[in-house]
Amino acid sequence: MSQPTQVDPRGLRVVAGITAAVLAAVLVIPSEPVRIVLLAAQVAVFAVAALVGLQASPYAKVYAAVVRPRIGPPAELEDARPPRFAQIVGLAFTTVALVALLAGATTVALIATAFALVAALLNAAVGLCLGCEMYLVLRRIAPSGA
Amino acid sequence: MTGLVVLAVALVATVVIALVMRWRNGRFASAAPADDQERLTAGQLGVPLGERATLVQFSSAFCAPCRATRVVLADVAAAVPGVVTVDIDAEEHLQLVRDLGIMRTPTVLVLDASGAVTTRASGLPRRDQVLAALDRTVADAP
Repeated sequence: MSQPTQVDPRGLRVVAGITAAVLAAVLVIPSEPVRIVLLAAQVAVFAVAALVGLQASPYAKVYAAVVRPRIGPPAELEDARPPRFAQIVGLAFTTVALVALLAGATTVALIATAFALVAALLNAAVGLCLGCEMYLVLRRIAPSGA
Repeated sequence: MTGLVVLAVALVATVVIALVMRWRNGRFASAAPADDQERLTAGQLGVPLGERATLVQFSSAFCAPCRATRVVLADVAAAVPGVVTVDIDAEEHLQLVRDLGIMRTPTVLVLDASGAVTTRASGLPRRDQVLAALDRTVADAP
């Protein structure tokens, strides 16, 4: 299986929308066990998308099975690298949130979740990839090897 | 309770960021005073400067709007004589990126005939924004 380098941009928006819904639920439901389960599930979804590929994400499969057949093929495809990088950033924030929650630092967990939520909402609503915007800033800080 | 407050803050932050980005994208800053302009050479760019102006785009791999920006710039360069476009991979020119204070991709610089950076914009610009920036650059030329 070769890594697909092009993806349906509408699928990315749907995936971001589902992600945002899950993260919003984490914030809204004031139950430790529910929050842990939801965050762990989201961490797993991000990990699959980041490490295996965007199309392997369960949310992407929902899109491919339910949404895409109804709206037809995309007019154009998009490079998979920016959104995949964004999934890594999402993975980092939700992992911090999960670890904090398990350690009993609920407020830290909620704030980390909120950062991931803002990124997912921006992606779903206006197609902005916050993780990608941060990329060059991070590369600039890194010592120049290039 | 804390969760609801955090959610509300996150929603407000999302709207604010979306509006700021929409305002910023493709907005060319007013030109710097002539004695304070950075200058790029054909050597740094790897291609000869345009006869009247050069559009320099900084791109990176993790950049969704870079491709669309490239199309806009190529379209403008094809329409305006004496204008060429250059696409620079930011990651391969990190020192240049730092020197020029570039924080995002895409960032578009407009150079006059001598290579001086007259104005710049980050994010996907509209065709008319690029044309207006070019007009100012060419009009200001000595």
